Amino acid sequence: MGSREKILAAVKKNQPAMVEMPALNFAGSKAVDLKQQFIKTLTGIGGTVIEVNDWKEVSDHIKSTFPESGRIVNRVADLDFEISSLKSDPHDFSNVTVAIIQGEFGVAENGAIWLTDANMGDQALPYICEHLILIINKNSIVPTLHEAYDKIGSSTYSLGTFLAGPSKTADIEQSLVLGAHGSKSLIVFLMP
Amino acid sequence: MNPQNKTHSELAKKFNRDVERVNWHDKTLWFVREKRDKSAHQLAEWEQLREAASQIKNNVLSNLHNYLIEFEKNALNHGIHVHWASTAQEHNEIVHSIIKNHGVNNMVKSKSMLTEECGLNEYLHQQGINVVDTDLGERIVQLANEPPSHIVLPCIHWKKEEIGELFHQHLGTPKGNADPQFLTAAARKHLREHFLTSRVALTGVNFSVAETGEIIVCTNEGNADLGVQLADVHIACMGIEKIIPKRKHLSVFLRLLARSATGQPITTYSSHFQKPREGQEMHIVLVDNGRSERLASDDFRNALKCIRCGACFNTCPVYRRSGGHSYHTAVAGPIGSILAPGFDMAKNADLPFASTLCGSCTNVCPVKIDIHDQLYKWRQVLVKNGHTTASKKTGMNVMSLVLSLPMVYRFSGTVGRWIIRTLPFIVNNKFNPWYKQREMPKASTQSFRSWYLNQRKHGQ
Amino acid sequence: MNIGLFIPCYIDQLYPQVGIATLQVLERLGLSVTYPTNQTCCGQPMANSGFEHLTQGTSHNFVTNFSEFDYIVCPSGSCTLHIKDHLQDDGYPDKALDIRKKTFELTEFLTDVIGVKKLHAHFPHKVGLHQSCHGLRGLGLAQMSELMAPPFSKPESLLTMVTGLELIELERKDECCGFGGTFCVFEEAVSVKMGQDRIADHSNHGAEYITGVDMSCLMHLEGILRRQKSKVKVIHIAEILNSVTG
Repeated sequence: MGSREKILAAVKKNQPAMVEMPALNFAGSKAVDLKQQFIKTLTGIGGTVIEVNDWKEVSDHIKSTFPESGRIVNRVADLDFEISSLKSDPHDFSNVTVAIIQGEFGVAENGAIWLTDANMGDQALPYICEHLILIINKNSIVPTLHEAYDKIGSSTYSLGTFLAGPSKTADIEQSLVLGAHGSKSLIVFLMP
Repeated sequence: MNPQNKTHSELAKKFNRDVERVNWHDKTLWFVREKRDKSAHQLAEWEQLREAASQIKNNVLSNLHNYLIEFEKNALNHGIHVHWASTAQEHNEIVHSIIKNHGVNNMVKSKSMLTEECGLNEYLHQQGINVVDTDLGERIVQLANEPPSHIVLPCIHWKKEEIGELFHQHLGTPKGNADPQFLTAAARKHLREHFLTSRVALTGVNFSVAETGEIIVCTNEGNADLGVQLADVHIACMGIEKIIPKRKHLSVFLRLLARSATGQPITTYSSHFQKPREGQEMHIVLVDNGRSERLASDDFRNALKCIRCGACFNTCPVYRRSGGHSYHTAVAGPIGSILAPGFDMAKNADLPFASTLCGSCTNVCPVKIDIHDQLYKWRQVLVKNGHTTASKKTGMNVMSLVLSLPMVYRFSGTVGRWIIRTLPFIVNNKFNPWYKQREMPKASTQSFRSWYLNQRKHGQ
Repeated sequence: MNIGLFIPCYIDQLYPQVGIATLQVLERLGLSVTYPTNQTCCGQPMANSGFEHLTQGTSHNFVTNFSEFDYIVCPSGSCTLHIKDHLQDDGYPDKALDIRKKTFELTEFLTDVIGVKKLHAHFPHKVGLHQSCHGLRGLGLAQMSELMAPPFSKPESLLTMVTGLELIELERKDECCGFGGTFCVFEEAVSVKMGQDRIADHSNHGAEYITGVDMSCLMHLEGILRRQKSKVKVIHIAEILNSVTG
């Protein structure tokens, strides 16, 4: 008998009588102002949130924040940056300074943004860049992860992620340092 | 890991020689517990979430067989290779064979307590494979040739000056620089090289979903993602108990996990891997290593609900003052003390006694594992299986006899407060550990019983 | 109401004044209290050491002594918890179960059963309350700091009825003192360190007395305090509640 059969047989034999699944109803306090809670939470974990009125404002902000040339990889069509073509080897992105990606939606309770490989273009991009810029619609913000998963539903993806703030570590004496391995900063633009 | 076969109490005693370090260790971890409290307090539904998480996990354990099959089917459909390992050895061999098939001799690895449990690094090292741990804390202990001392904060026992010196030796940073920001930047540069050159990346698994065949990996550093996205091969290793039924259940666990672990509302990256990216090969290794056996035990099954948040470590007054290495096992702390005897009773017979049974661990546990009750139950099992010292056994037998017989008890009491000499927590050997740093209780001149009889006799 | 007074063995032998105070607090409330004189120990020291199977003798003796009472009251959270969770008597299983239900720690008995609203006690001192773990997390005598739930405290509510008493705040209001039964000798180093840290929290906040519902914790703290030649004293909560004016 192979290990698969052996393990499954042992599990079947040893698992206890069926325990029913609980109902998932959480009468929690939901924020009145989702946008404000999102901004406050994401700022609290090291992100920067900027409310804008149109795409031009986003472009202008990016240009003034990153005036030095560096390598910018843009995945958002409406911006005043060329859409970068993606080669097949993710290692090509190792010198990217700024990556600009459209997020699907935000979560107010934890400041996270949901995005999938479809948004990323290349899956290495949001992790390998020095600075990450995400753009979401401010009306897309949901209160908690429960609503977030309702929204994700049964969609399929190669990679889906909740991304909340810049990469960070506190492994050295609990001192918070931003920019462990992933992006050193995260800017989120909230579009109307 | 514990070459001298020292017990928790011996190792803890050693740790306590440096009082300043104990104070620092205690305060640092208490600070994490406080962050957890603050974060949990912000959710009115916190206790409801814990209850739901606990019940979902109960459901999982009661239907694990079907969930495993469902998970495997969905993962296979998405082009993922699924492997099954009965033992730690088999797990290590599977991982090795995947690496070998790709003709490489190095690999990056993000945090996985399962691979610690299985001793994967040592095994691969013997096969000539170089494993680079990419979580900063794990890299630090790896450079120091030590196991992690905490499942979430692997090098919490290291001071920054010591890390500065370690990096000076291994990474060539300037001597004397102990700035966390600087050291983290140095590690980023050092590990980026490994990310860019490793063709195989191994990750742990925080959750896997039966319904969708996906696995979820949570990190703050982004090291799991960077490793996976730059590698041709992704190997994910998980204990069979990590499965949850549906995607929507992730909401409950992800709300609890980071808040319990560090007080963050969520980890920076909660990555859901459902299919290998184009051109990539993805393997999932499902590991039993004693879990199916544990499933049969009404008393100890519950420990399989653990989501490895580390909250029980941070709240444990004993852990905070004895350090992770005093537990001489891959998973330390309260949860480690109820898991370890299940792997090896003789080696870990001391761990269930490394607790005052204060119960704080049970209260912070996001999936409501009855940790302190299991510590109590393990004590009974260990003693019944002969894992106790002869002197302890004799002492307990004498005490049981005396305390069962009121006459003997009273006689002993009148001969100079018998209890001072007999209660095991006051005197148990000639070196009297009570007296080392504590005064003996003052012997009272009469017992309560004799006062009571006297008082009742005089007609009150 | 017929109350059986359960005095743990180490209180009987080492701290008779705690037993006396407990009896007097109850009698002052007009309650009829009897101390069954053949009682010894609840068996906890053996059980917590992994020798639960050696507690049949003590358990049977406990059942013999206490089954006739309406309530059993004990000035120790830890011993009360052991009875409530573990008392078994193969000869009289029903009696043992019945005893489990009617055994109460002193402060929970005064609060929940008697509903004490007023005490004639006076204790003009700064007092720190040590929340013993078994009373706190086992019996639920107060809200536990780990849980996200409204605060309450049975011992504290009684202490606030004592005139002159000033209850101090603590930095860690319910951390374990490190006694833990046999833990205090088998894990001597950690046990003492935990005790020292608890004491520091109390003395840093100006406590003259450390009180609690478990004399075992207080015995451990007292041992350290006396070794430190500290002025801080320990006192069982029953003794404070029994500090009657005039």
